[in-house]
Amino acid sequence: MFLAAEHFVRAPDWEWFILGYFFLAGLSGGAYVIATLLRLSGDPRDEPAARLGFYTSFVLIPLCPLLLTADLGAGWWKFWHMLVNVTPGNAGLNFKYWSPMSVGVWLLLVFSIFATLSALGAWLADRRGREGPPLLGPLSVAFNVVGALAGLFLASYTGVLLSVSNQPVWSDTWTLGGLFLASGLSGAAALIALLTRYRPEAVYSLVRLRLADGYFSLLELILLIAFFVTVVNAGTGARTIATAPLWALALVGLAASLVGLRAEGRRMRPSGGGGGGAAVASVGANAILVSMLVLIGVLALRAAVIFSGQ
Amino acid sequence: MEIKAGESYGFFTDTSVCIGCKACEVACKEWNQLEGNEPAFLADSFDNTGQLDAQNWRHVKFYDRVPDRSTTSGNGTAFLMMSDVCKHCQHASCMEVCPTNAIIRTEFNTVFIQQDVCNGCRNCVAACPYSVIAINQKTGTAHKCTLCYDRLQGGLEPACAKACPTQSIQFGPLSQLQQTADARLEALHSQGVTQAQLYGRDDKVYGGLNAFFLLMDKPEAYGLPNAENAVLPSRNNIGGYAGAVITAVVGVVAGLVAFRRRRMA
Ligand code: SF4
Ligand code: SF4
Repeated sequence: MFLAAEHFVRAPDWEWFILGYFFLAGLSGGAYVIATLLRLSGDPRDEPAARLGFYTSFVLIPLCPLLLTADLGAGWWKFWHMLVNVTPGNAGLNFKYWSPMSVGVWLLLVFSIFATLSALGAWLADRRGREGPPLLGPLSVAFNVVGALAGLFLASYTGVLLSVSNQPVWSDTWTLGGLFLASGLSGAAALIALLTRYRPEAVYSLVRLRLADGYFSLLELILLIAFFVTVVNAGTGARTIATAPLWALALVGLAASLVGLRAEGRRMRPSGGGGGGAAVASVGANAILVSMLVLIGVLALRAAVIFSGQ
Repeated sequence: MEIKAGESYGFFTDTSVCIGCKACEVACKEWNQLEGNEPAFLADSFDNTGQLDAQNWRHVKFYDRVPDRSTTSGNGTAFLMMSDVCKHCQHASCMEVCPTNAIIRTEFNTVFIQQDVCNGCRNCVAACPYSVIAINQKTGTAHKCTLCYDRLQGGLEPACAKACPTQSIQFGPLSQLQQTADARLEALHSQGVTQAQLYGRDDKVYGGLNAFFLLMDKPEAYGLPNAENAVLPSRNNIGGYAGAVITAVVGVVAGLVAFRRRRMA
């Protein structure tokens, strides 16, 4: 299936704008998914952190089309050519399920609607000083679940898009979609954890956000190993050497999450003695550093993949 | 030759008779008003074009085959030369991924990029396995050989084929070109030139190439993927999405497990 180790292809020069887009799409989609999972946790005390997640997702999402359109060679205003076929005599919508770029544009649009409405719901609830379950209760949660599916797609399809090409490295592995998703989820958990500083009620979920970040990073680690195995098998492993510093940064981010996972795991055990305020106080000291390292790692991972392939 | 809409046209490029004069490159630039890149010393034998790109829609490749020892008269191959071009693939990787549908198949069964539709996303650049397409710096859109679409519509053969002095580039209806190529291959084989082979003549490479070649070595020697490696980008959809879906399921379960854990103290 992934035979094309012989590559005679030109690089598309997808660079900083695309890197920025991949980063923000991963975080925005990931934040929405985490917010939804927090609502599904069944504990109303997780609602402040969930709302924080929806706000995060909403704030990041408008930057995505900005970066994407800025990267178009023919001008940002031709963005809509991806949605509508402007070929004379062939008018209609453009949708090619076999081209991730085509599917991704539509999903970005759909996800933006979910992100906006969910943030609006969170804002209305906050404004009314409502605590506990979201406005409209289960209906909201059902809406969030559908939005989370779009979020999962948004955070992962960028990796599949790279693979659906004939570029070295990118097209030699099946792992990129999963890898970007796992790292996007980990980065989003770290980002929401970081932002709990500005929303004291959300601190209740902090320890478990770190725990989730650690689990996502474990998943990412497994996929990273699979990535290198597949790429080396295809004979293009050497192309990752030039980007070694970026891979190293990505690993530092991963390690930060995993160290956090160990610490939080201990804290969760009865003998760990921590909980509530005590846990939060001790986590607070390292929270910024861990979250920043994780976020830098998320960015570095995408940069490493992008620049290894071209 | 009468050129009719609805029929398949293409190029048969016979590299065994190419003399590397680059008349094709010049004729292409002249007709298509391509300015060319800034001249540069490439230190690559007689090649001063370097590659197919937005300014070079024909590129004469030179592969050094100067023998280490002297050979008998008439057997001293010095270079493999090949006038490279867009292959106008039947299963075109560029067309497959283009999200705007700017890349179309014309009434002559050739592959054409509509400049007013293309938005410069560069997905086709990442997809074309022959490194044919590049972005024109002035327009920001994807450019490549049009197989002289405008000339065909006016009943004229493409400029490169018209200019080629050795008939290395032949233009015509695909079925006719295929017959010519088969006869040429047979003649070369009967003369003992067993290394001669056709590339893209049958459907093993991207369903067949409208611009196909007679090569004097294996495809890789000319920078062309062999039949096993001539694969479409879409082959990776299933694996890529499957990896993402499995990660999504495991990730969601992991998140739920993490968030449902209660502090025990
Ligand atoms: S050679 Fe490249 S640009 Fe030409 S049709 Fe095939 S995939 Fe498209
Ligand atoms: S650069 Fe133009 S032709 Fe190429 S894939 Fe994008 S829209 Fe299509």
